[in-house]
Amino acid sequence: MSGMRLLFSKPWIWSFAATITVWIVTVLFTGGASSLGLSQAALTFAAFSVIVGLGQMFVITLGPGNIDLSVPATMTLSGTLALKLMDVQDSMIVVGLLVSILLGLAIGIGNYVLIKLLRIPPIIATLSMSFVIQSTAIWTNRGLRIKPPEILASFTTSNLLGIPNIAIVALILSVIAWVLLEKTIYGRWISAIGQSTFAARMTGIPVDGTRLVTYILCAVLASICGYLLASFSGGAALNMGSEYLLMSIAVVVIGGTAVAGGNSNIPGIWGASLFMFLVVSMLNTYGFGAGFRLILTGLIIIAVILLAGGRQANR
Amino acid sequence: MRISTGTIRLVIPAASLALLLAAVFYMQPRAMSYTGLNLLFNLAVPIALATVAQMLIMAVNDLDLSMGAFVSFCACVTATFLQASPAIGVLIFLGAIAAYAVIGVVIHVRELPSIVVTLGMSFVWGGLAVLMLPSPGGEAPGWARWLMTSRPPFVPMAIVASIVIALVTHFVIMRSSVGVLIRGVGGNVRSVERAGWSVIRIRAGTYALAGFFAVLSGIALVGLTTSADANIALRYTLLSIAGVILGGGEFVGGKVSPIGAVIGALTLTLAGSFLSFMRISPDWQIGAQGVILIVVLALRLLLNRLEKREKTR
Repeated sequence: MSGMRLLFSKPWIWSFAATITVWIVTVLFTGGASSLGLSQAALTFAAFSVIVGLGQMFVITLGPGNIDLSVPATMTLSGTLALKLMDVQDSMIVVGLLVSILLGLAIGIGNYVLIKLLRIPPIIATLSMSFVIQSTAIWTNRGLRIKPPEILASFTTSNLLGIPNIAIVALILSVIAWVLLEKTIYGRWISAIGQSTFAARMTGIPVDGTRLVTYILCAVLASICGYLLASFSGGAALNMGSEYLLMSIAVVVIGGTAVAGGNSNIPGIWGASLFMFLVVSMLNTYGFGAGFRLILTGLIIIAVILLAGGRQANR
Repeated sequence: MRISTGTIRLVIPAASLALLLAAVFYMQPRAMSYTGLNLLFNLAVPIALATVAQMLIMAVNDLDLSMGAFVSFCACVTATFLQASPAIGVLIFLGAIAAYAVIGVVIHVRELPSIVVTLGMSFVWGGLAVLMLPSPGGEAPGWARWLMTSRPPFVPMAIVASIVIALVTHFVIMRSSVGVLIRGVGGNVRSVERAGWSVIRIRAGTYALAGFFAVLSGIALVGLTTSADANIALRYTLLSIAGVILGGGEFVGGKVSPIGAVIGALTLTLAGSFLSFMRISPDWQIGAQGVILIVVLALRLLLNRLEKREKTR
């Protein structure tokens, strides 16, 4: 009994409950024929949302006003640059990954320099930055769509024991993020900053250093995601990151991370990412048009937030 | 002579607009005419209205991420229902404004983050717009077209409209008691509450007012473009936020400036024209817009520093 109560007091349980419900409803409609395919597709596409969501979660944990809007542009530029550099050669795969990570590092530093030196609110700083990044991506993307190297393409699209490789990568990154958040001093610091920046400063936490690392972390995760997504979809496209702007914020919040900061939650990101993908595929299965699909997606997001918000109010 | 901080807040946006305008005139002297100005600022009117709507939401410490989707939705209603059967169109708009008030109430009562609720609403508005106009089309109502393309003597319509918007909103937000309450909720909710005002009503009213300005933005946009599509104004979300900030507004604390917001919107519109006059390759146009944003904000920081130094002296 107390085990149940403990389970229900976890903020992430709701997103998983919703995910399982939607999964059952979808599978029932197709008579159980699609259960394996649907699960694999859900895991694959959720994995991309999870990777960008993790980065966004760290940033949102820093407190009100902290949001990284440069995520989509970073994904696009990283995918474009990496594929161009690798130029279909298998030997360049690691180099391409390193370049994406370096790019993320540079963008993260750039974002925080703007925030700190110009005292611009993070939303505007990362927005201006994303304009510059997007332009660079347009400039580099000139010419033909370059295919990813053979090995990388087959790695991103195949499974290990029925689980998509991408999902495994996302899981490893999530575990690292969980350890960072729960078991290291850095995790404690960002939570403290999110709860009260002033108090954190007074207790001697290196606030600026911690925030810098967080913005770098977010940009690096976004570049890794762009690298993987471009390889998965057989080439980089200029609009490939665009849907991940809203997605990265939505999965974090639906997953139970406090938008006001200071309280974050990694399992919830998985639940929310799976949920967001499954809702769309459920509505597709039921044959709804694009308009209804969008409306229902929006209403479901709001409904989940209302439920989750009510849970906090009851406490 | 003492200058109020409100005026100082306006100096940078106004100066950057003047500077940009001067640069445009220098590069293209023919723009210094009635038609030239009209062309330069034409698209600023809907952006200014959307920026004012965003400013209202920001005045109560919230943020509306559905602004672009909502203006697109309003544009679609204007090009279809409002044009074909005005009564139904007006009813839809009233419903949409009521929906905005409800969103405000929900956000307040359940203490939800506005970012997330409006994020969800952006899907809803986008979906409704797609249902109405699955492909670009529709037609602008004659009066909207007439209003947006009319040619008043001496000063182009775009400028007249911007000044009217700035003055009306300045009066409502900065000079009326309602405006004081709205900014009060952003500045200090508890003191407004303790003074006996119903914060929930103020928030609902603010959201409804924002919805009203966004509706006007949609109508103005269709008046200019003559047709609509479901994605017509998606970039307005970010443009409106940037406009408010450029105009000297802040994310928290109820510190907003309606005149500044309109100037911010004009600056953003002009930046686009400026870049095409500069013959910057289209690849870099978005990037240059980002750089302009950064430069203006850096200037503002500089001015704020000067202001502080004056005070400590």
